[in-house]
Formats: sequence, structure tokens, C-alpha cells
Amino acid sequence: MSEPFEPVIIGFTCNWCSYRAADLAGTSRVKYPPNIRLIRLMCSGRLDPTFVLKALAGGADGVLITGCHPGECHYLEQNYKTLRRFTLLRRTLAQFGIEPERVRLVWASAAEGARLAVEIGKMVEEVRALGPLNWQGVIADDGDPPIAIYHPQSEWVQGVAA
Amino acid sequence: MNANGKPKLAMYWASACGGCEISTLNIGEHILTVDAVFDLAFFPCIADFKVKDVLGYPDGYIDLCLINGAIRNSENEEMVRLLRRKSKLLVAFGSCAYEGCIPALSNLTTRDATLRAAYLDNPSIDNPAGTLPQPHTAVPEGDLEIPFFYHTVKSLDQVVDVDYTIPGCPPEPHQIWAVLQVVVAALTQGGSLPPKGVLLGAGSVAVCEECALAKHEKAVARFYRPYQIRPEPGLCLLEQGLICMGPATLSGCGALCPQVGMGCRGCYGPLPGAEDQGMRMLTAIASILDVSGRPGDNELDLERKVEAAADTIVDPAGTFYRFSMAHSLLRRARTDGVEAAVPQPAVWS
Amino acid sequence: MSPERIGVYVCHCGSNIAATVDVEEVALWASEELGDRGVVVARDYQFMCSSLGQELIEADIKEQGLTRVVVAACSPHLHERTFRTACKRAGLNPFLCELVSIREQVSWVHTDRAAATEKAMAVVSGGVERVTLHQPLEPLHVPIHPATLIVGGGIAGIQAALEIADSGYPVYLVEREPSIGGHMAQFDKTFPTLDCSACILTPKMVDVGGHPNVTLLTWSEVERVDGYVGSFTVTVRKKARYVDESVCTGCGICTEKCPVRVLDNTYEAGLGYRKAVYRPFAQAVPKYPVIDRENCTYFQRGKCKACQLFCPTHPKAIDFEQKDEILQFQVGNIILATGYDLFDCRRIPQYGYARLANVFTSLEFERLCNAAGPTGGKIVLRDGVTEPATVGIIHCVGSRDHNYNPYCSNICCMQSLKFGHLVKERTGAEVFNFYIDIRTAFKDYDEFYQRVLEDGVHFVRGRVAEVTDAARLPGEEGKLIIQVEDTLLGKQRRIPVDMVVLSAALQPRQDSTEVAYTFGIACSANGWFIEKHPKLDPVATMTEGIFIAGACQGPKDIPASVAQGAAAAARVLGRIHQKELALEPVRASIIAERCSGCRICNNLCPFNAISYDTARMITEINPALCQGCGTCVAACPSGAITGTQFSNEQVLAQLYGLLLLNVSSGPVQQPQPALVPA
Repeated sequence: MSEPFEPVIIGFTCNWCSYRAADLAGTSRVKYPPNIRLIRLMCSGRLDPTFVLKALAGGADGVLITGCHPGECHYLEQNYKTLRRFTLLRRTLAQFGIEPERVRLVWASAAEGARLAVEIGKMVEEVRALGPLNWQGVIADDGDPPIAIYHPQSEWVQGVAA
Repeated sequence: MNANGKPKLAMYWASACGGCEISTLNIGEHILTVDAVFDLAFFPCIADFKVKDVLGYPDGYIDLCLINGAIRNSENEEMVRLLRRKSKLLVAFGSCAYEGCIPALSNLTTRDATLRAAYLDNPSIDNPAGTLPQPHTAVPEGDLEIPFFYHTVKSLDQVVDVDYTIPGCPPEPHQIWAVLQVVVAALTQGGSLPPKGVLLGAGSVAVCEECALAKHEKAVARFYRPYQIRPEPGLCLLEQGLICMGPATLSGCGALCPQVGMGCRGCYGPLPGAEDQGMRMLTAIASILDVSGRPGDNELDLERKVEAAADTIVDPAGTFYRFSMAHSLLRRARTDGVEAAVPQPAVWS
Repeated sequence: MSPERIGVYVCHCGSNIAATVDVEEVALWASEELGDRGVVVARDYQFMCSSLGQELIEADIKEQGLTRVVVAACSPHLHERTFRTACKRAGLNPFLCELVSIREQVSWVHTDRAAATEKAMAVVSGGVERVTLHQPLEPLHVPIHPATLIVGGGIAGIQAALEIADSGYPVYLVEREPSIGGHMAQFDKTFPTLDCSACILTPKMVDVGGHPNVTLLTWSEVERVDGYVGSFTVTVRKKARYVDESVCTGCGICTEKCPVRVLDNTYEAGLGYRKAVYRPFAQAVPKYPVIDRENCTYFQRGKCKACQLFCPTHPKAIDFEQKDEILQFQVGNIILATGYDLFDCRRIPQYGYARLANVFTSLEFERLCNAAGPTGGKIVLRDGVTEPATVGIIHCVGSRDHNYNPYCSNICCMQSLKFGHLVKERTGAEVFNFYIDIRTAFKDYDEFYQRVLEDGVHFVRGRVAEVTDAARLPGEEGKLIIQVEDTLLGKQRRIPVDMVVLSAALQPRQDSTEVAYTFGIACSANGWFIEKHPKLDPVATMTEGIFIAGACQGPKDIPASVAQGAAAAARVLGRIHQKELALEPVRASIIAERCSGCRICNNLCPFNAISYDTARMITEINPALCQGCGTCVAACPSGAITGTQFSNEQVLAQLYGLLLLNVSSGPVQQPQPALVPA
């Protein structure tokens, strides 16, 4: 491998704090690596953990979830639900062998553009160090031999095993 | 075609417990109708057929083939491929064939770990020589081969084309009979078959709709395992801190388990349109977990409180994906050949 | 092949984007690679937001029959409205336009041109996939009922009520005490002008009491609020006064004849007495008295009825059989002006309040100064006769103190300066002010401070450690000794005084959390109501149609409370004039046939938009209350809740596009796994 691995990270932001933090990082010209691609939700409470699995199964190497700090939710208290979902999700993903560095929750207020940039940079480096996730590969490569071992002589196996 | 012209019925078990067959026979006196309408073409559980019988049938000979069980080893795969070729209608029958069910829980770990648990590290096993099944064994009489044990358990539709699916572990007899009636009507009286790919023998909303327990707004401070508390009768189990998969599980069973104080295990699978049953339940459980804060709270303290509450949910992947692992978005754990760490709950109380 | 005809517009933003992102390349890539995803035209342009840029989009919509538009430019927070409006002008529903950010989130934060260009392509791809699934939406229109509920009859509520009523719209003013007036009615003078509080307040009270558009409900409390902006149904409990308001003339004979004297802890702050049938003060509005059941001899022992006996009206105005009344009415908007409670100074035992007789709270001192108060305005010690020769006034009692309240109570500095001035003026006593900082930041406030300095009031900078009557030094006998570190002198001092006044903190009403719950708004950890935006929307709340004014939002003096009352009224009047309110159509809704009635979602909405229909045994979402956060959508285990503009399908489509799973040859170098499509 000559080229360094460039991870793809999907970031979920809330409309009110963390997306604005990302905007602020832009207007302040703070730099961070281009490996993250953001999706804007109205609230981090909108984050269905299914989205995270979809991203990972669809080729993302990591998912960053961001929202307003606890107590500062634009919708009053919905980010507490985000924290609870994230906590259970992280435990579940650990059972699926997914490293905790790949799915992270970061609170970022609309004023924390620079901090969000730092967190993104940190996460990109951590995921880069872990290497590609390649979940479709995990599903496809099950280490099983072709099935024609039971009745290798059977004519009907040959046609369908491919 | 046989001379009598009756439609041919087959039922085969792949990696399964046998409950599906028992449930099928539990349709009661209707079994006489089944017998009157169908000729059995292959049904290892109740009649003596050999694989070579099936090999001898022309393609498409079997009119209705019910397959229960997950695809756990090479024999399972080989047999379902064979039966697919010989059958007009192939039905994934029961949770294992539909979405992996209990066998697919081993997708959280490796093939080796599963074999070791079954043959070595088990208090009820007497295996001093540490013998493990080998795909090939040379004996004086020649080479012996047994099916190859797969790393990943698959659902039926991940191996062959499936026409219909009947969920449930096992499917309820009244639902089985209802489906059989539709198929019998189509085969004998020219009725129309349901569109390909649909779920049969189930409701269309969540189990809660069929559940008579009283439901209220939910805020649960912690969860319990079934042995830890005696639920108050008549009251929604989830509200009492018992994990009940009812809200994320398709109806059709009549909410049998919750009625007797055992939370729904989720065997009818996710609702239509809900892609991943485990995540649907996870997000619902997290949503009603009663751990919040107030503005100005210390974020670390808050996280610790949430972690402590989450500790009361033991083995989330195994709980939320108990039946749907093979059909979930992730399907299996990423083990890289290494056995996954068994989750050790911090709190057992 | 997508059935949609999508236009993609990539903005250079001068060099803001073009310097880092190869915008021509992005547009070209979109037209080539996203052609079978529905993109029929892809252009780049210097400034998309300019009128020429907007016209370009409008022309394409008309000439090329575009059904969707993706603009890749700056943040949607900047120009989403601009491009939506442009689409609307060209006849395309504004919600079929998606603005994706390649400036704030690409060109300004990345430096590698190739990587930034690739990311811009992915971002455009995500926008294209998402907008394909967008639905045309129309804003939600809710009619606004012209009546307004105002809760709290202090100065903020009175001001708001008068503003609205004077504009010709009906107001219900609900006050839980027997009279409106609030804390201001207890004060003597108001800083910094030293106007007599009653002189400026009572005319307003009379105005509001007699206003044809105001329904005054005193001795009443709001029990329930149902509905949503535009049409709230309010349930009010009108507590029994035991006085028939239709007959009573307010003559006061009942009070005169009542044999029971009760210590008045509310209006007189425990310094004076009232009767069991009473008006809190002479200028009370309304003029009708109320019988205090707890202390009334008849109610407690079954006989007396002196008030009824002497009542001169026919029929008698005193009605012992009166019951609480439950009133229900409709309003379009609600203003909460519930005010504050005073900090309980007993919580700081070292200051001796309620243990040392001559330690007074600020409210007690207001009553002492008040000409209509228990001492007729004479500043005297608790014995009622002795004038103090020295007075110590302690600032920040319970404020700016992490043991009690961390915040500054805002009014105490000016109030303490006023006290100092009044003591000087009326007694000539020596006055010591003990302060942490003097905060006199508003109009004419610092001038007042200078004036008080010139009065000869002493200022000691330091937090008082203790107030004690244990004399140690000569001259301390019989005095209260204030022990303080004078931080300007850098030494400990013991200052003997005759009287101590504690400038107590302003605290949220003790039931503010319950009130917030009733009205579906938020409280801070302290208990103050939370405004929609601390700077730009200080009187609105996150709940549409509910506004806050005065000290219930945070400690405030009279001018600020009046300003907020008027501001809230202006907001309400704006709503009423529009007759209907257009709400953003970003809303969650229940797919009824999928809902099993599990009630997982029922507890999740802080705006009470989610309710359970017991008859149909399913959950419902009220679109007018829904704020569109989507938390319930994400929570529903049955997938029975969906959200406009943020549906699962739309979010996942964007994800699909961002991961470039929609193109055969993505520009990302690493191999893309084959997708099992959603």
C-alpha cells in the first residue's frame, strides 16, 4: 500500500448547534481533513441508530454524531435521548466487533467551531489508524469453502454453486 | 406428476429445532384436509423420504415446499438449493428460515468458538480427547465427509429465491392453517396467490395491538431480567422494566408471551418498512429510559448515569437481535477470526 | 432512471469556493455521472445568490421543466430562503429546492484541492438523492384567536394587558392573590427617580381593572392549558372569595367589624396585621375583599358571621356558601408574567435573620419606609418606636453565592442605594453598605450612586461574614455587630449598627417548574423560564404562542419588566393582526394504520404535541404543536411516525448519495463495496 488509507466518515449534525458549529469553523477558516461528509438533521434526537448502521454497512469507515450540549438542546431535552441511544448503540456495536473510535458522539455548541474541527481531525486520524471497515467484505467473506464438498459427485451442485 | 394429480407438498428442516413441524401438526383436524388435498413429496419429520427421491423428481415437481431452519452448514445450503429447483412455491417457514433466529446469534462470534462451546467448553460434554467434527476423515473403508460448518448463519432468502415468508418461532398453528387455506384454494379452485415476496400468516402492526395489558406513558429508570421481578398483572411489561420486544415486533401471534408475564421475544420479526428490528427496539428502549439531566449538569456525571442505566440491559445485541440477526443490517460481527468478547454486564442486580 | 428533472447549480462564490474546489469539474461530473439519477442540467456560476444567478435557475425551471433544484453554495442558514424563494417565483414548490454547503463545509475548511473537489461531488450527490425524495410542502396555517391570557398581575402583566386591551383585543388577566399589583405595590419609592411606587402603579391598576377589554380574574389560578398556538383552551380555578362581587360595594365595613387579627405575611411581609376578611391594601384592584378561610372564626368554629351581619348591602354581599368556580375560555396567545419569590434569608443563619430582631429583609424594609405601611413610613427598629442611629445594608444576600444562587439578582445594588438614601433622608442615621461590586449600569443609575455617595453613605467592599449581637469590644453592647473583611483596606472590621437590612436575592417562584409544565415551556436549572433566544428573542419561548415577560424570565427591575411586558404584548398583537400564523411544515405525523398504540413515544415530546387517543387506541401528533425535531420519528419501534422534510427515506437517500453508492465510478479512490440497496 503506497497511498495512505483515506477513511470516509459520515457526520450527523443538528440544525441548531453542531451544524452551526461547522458553519462557524468555515467562516473562521479553521481547517480539518476532508474525510467527513455531513448530514443535517433538525435535532440529534432525530438520529435513528439505523442511520448509523446504514452508513457503516454502506461503506463508511466511521460515523460522528453531534448535537447541542446537554441542557442546551434547541428542543429542550431531546439530546438526552440521543445520549441514551448512543450509549446503547455503542454497547451493541462493540458486540458486533466495531471499535468505539468508529462511532463517536460529540457535543458542539454553535460557538464551538474550532473544537468541532479538532474533534473531526482527531476522529479521522483514529479511524485512519484502525484501517478500512469494509462491512460488505465482513458479510461476504465468511471464510467458508464452496458448498460442493458434501456431494461433490452430484451433478446438480455444479450448476448452482457458482 | 403422480397419477392422482394431487398437488405435492414438501416440508424440510434446515438448521432448526423441530418446533415448526410440531406447530404445523398442531393445526389439529385440519391436517386431514391437508392430507386429502396434498400428496407428500418430501417430509423427513413425518415420513421416510430420501434425498435421492427428491433428486429423482423433475424440476418444479413440488407445488408447495415449506422450509424451516436457518442455513448453518453446507448440507442446509445444498438441500435448499435442491428443493428450490424442484419446487414451484418455496416458503421460508418460521423465524430461522426467515431471519436466522436463535442459530444466527452465533454470528456474533466465530465458527471455532461455536464449535468449542458445543464440543469442548460445556459442563455437559464428555469429550476427553477433544474431538471436533472434521469435514474430511480418512477411515480404512474410505473418506468420510460430513457437512461443513459455516462461519456465518444465513437466512433462506440469502441463499435461494423465496416466494413467501411465514414468520414466527414457531408460526402459530391458526396462522399456518390460514396460509395453507389460501394456497389450497389457489391450487385446487383456481384462486389467486398472494404477490410474490410477501409475509403471510402475520398481522400488519406491532404485537402491542393484540396485547391486552394496559399501556401508559413510559419512563423506565432501569430494566430487569425476567427472573428478577414478578410483574404486576395487567400492566404493560415494558413499563415495569421488563424488556418486551412487542412494540418492534410484527403481530399475528396474539401476544401470547406478554399475556403470561413474559416479555415478547420478537420472534415475528420487524414491522413492514422497519429495516432493522434490533435498532428499532434499541432506539425505543433508549427513548423511554428515564435518565435525563438539567441545564448546567456535569456532562461526565450525566454519561455515568446513562451508563449505569444501560448496565441493566444485559447483552443488547443478543436481546434486540435474538431472532433477526441474519436479516439485520450488519448480519454478523466483525471477528477477524478472533472470538468476540462476551459482554460482561457491570451490574447483575 | 429517475423520473425527476433535476438542475444542479454550483456556485463559485467569487473565489471563496472556486479557489479550493474545482467548481467546473463538479458541475461537469454532476451532469455526466448523475445523469441517470435525474440531473438534466448542471451549471457553475460566479455568484448563484446574485439576481442573475437566481434568474438562471428560474429560467431553467421554466424552460427545462425542472422538477427539483440542488444549489451547491454556502450554508443553508445563509441562503436557503433565497433559493427557495427563487424557485417559488418560477413556480416550483420551495421545498423541492435543496441547498448543500460546499463553502463553510468544504472550500473554507479544506486545503487539498483534489480532495475538496471530491468531497464537493459527494455533497452534491447527496443533495441530488435527497431532493429526489422531497415532497412539495405548504406552510401550515393556524387561525389566531384574538383573546390573550396573561398570567400574573404584577407590573409586567399589567403593562402587557393594557397594551393589548388598548389595541381593542380581549385580555384575561389571571392573578392568584386577591389583588393585582404584585411586588411593586409593596414598595415605597422606586429607583433612581424616587417616584412613589403607588403613585405610578395604582393608576395602571385602576385602568386595567376597569378596562372594557380586560376580564380580571384575581384570587384565581390556571389549572390546565390545552390546545396550541392560535387556540388554547384555558381552565382557570376562581377560588371562592365568599364575597359576591355583583353586590359588594367595597365599603370595607366587613373588614372593620371582623374580630380576627392575622399576621400579614404576604403584603406586609410579616410586619403588620390584617383581618380575616380583608383587602391586601387600600388601593387593591378589584376592591372586593376576600375571606381567609383558615383564620375566619365562622369557618373554623361555625359561628361569628360578624361581617355578614354588618354588611350594608341587600342582599348581603358576604356569602359563606360560595364555591370555587371552574372557568374555561379560548385564547390565541399566552403571556406568562409570574414574577419572583424573595430569597428566604433564614437560609443564611450567620446573618441572624429571624433570630436577631433588628435584622430586616429588603421587603420588610420597603414596608417600613412605606407611608401606607405598618409604621406609617417611619424607619424604626422592631420595637416600633426607636429610630436607628446606624444602619448596615448588606448586598448580594443569597445572590452571587455558590451556596445559594450563583447569579446576580440585578436589582439589589440600586435597591440598597435607595435604602441608604431613604435612611439618610428620614433619620439622618449613619449608613454602611456592604457590597461585592456596585452594578449601576442603566440610565441614570450611576448618577444615583454618586448622589448617595454625596449623601454620606459609607461603602465597605467585602462580603459580610457574620451579623452578631455578641459584643466583644467597647461600644458594641446592645448593638448588632457586622463582621466583614474590608477588601479595600485589607483588614477585618467589626461595625456596630442598630439595624441590618438584607438585600435578598430574587428567586424563581417556588412552583415555577410546575407552571412551566402546565404551559409546556422550559425552565433553567435555577427555575427561571427559558426564552427562545437570550438575545434575539427574549420574550418568546420555544412553544409557539407562549411568551414570557418580567422577572419570571430572570431577575429584573421595573423598567425592564415593563419593557418586556410591552414587548410580549407587541409580539402577541402582531400575531392577532395577522389573523393566522404560518408554521414551517417540518412536522412529524403518525401513520395511523401502523400504530399499535404501544405508547413508547407518548412521553418524548416537550411540546406536548403527542397525545394518545383512548378511543382509537393509537397515538396522535398535533401538527400545530409539533416543532419538527423528529425525536419521536427516531423512537418509534414500529416505524409508524414519519416526518416531512426529514423522513427516513430522505436522510438515507442523502447518505446513499454521500457515500457515492449511486454512481458506478465514484471519484473516491478506495474500492466501494457493492451496496445491498435499501
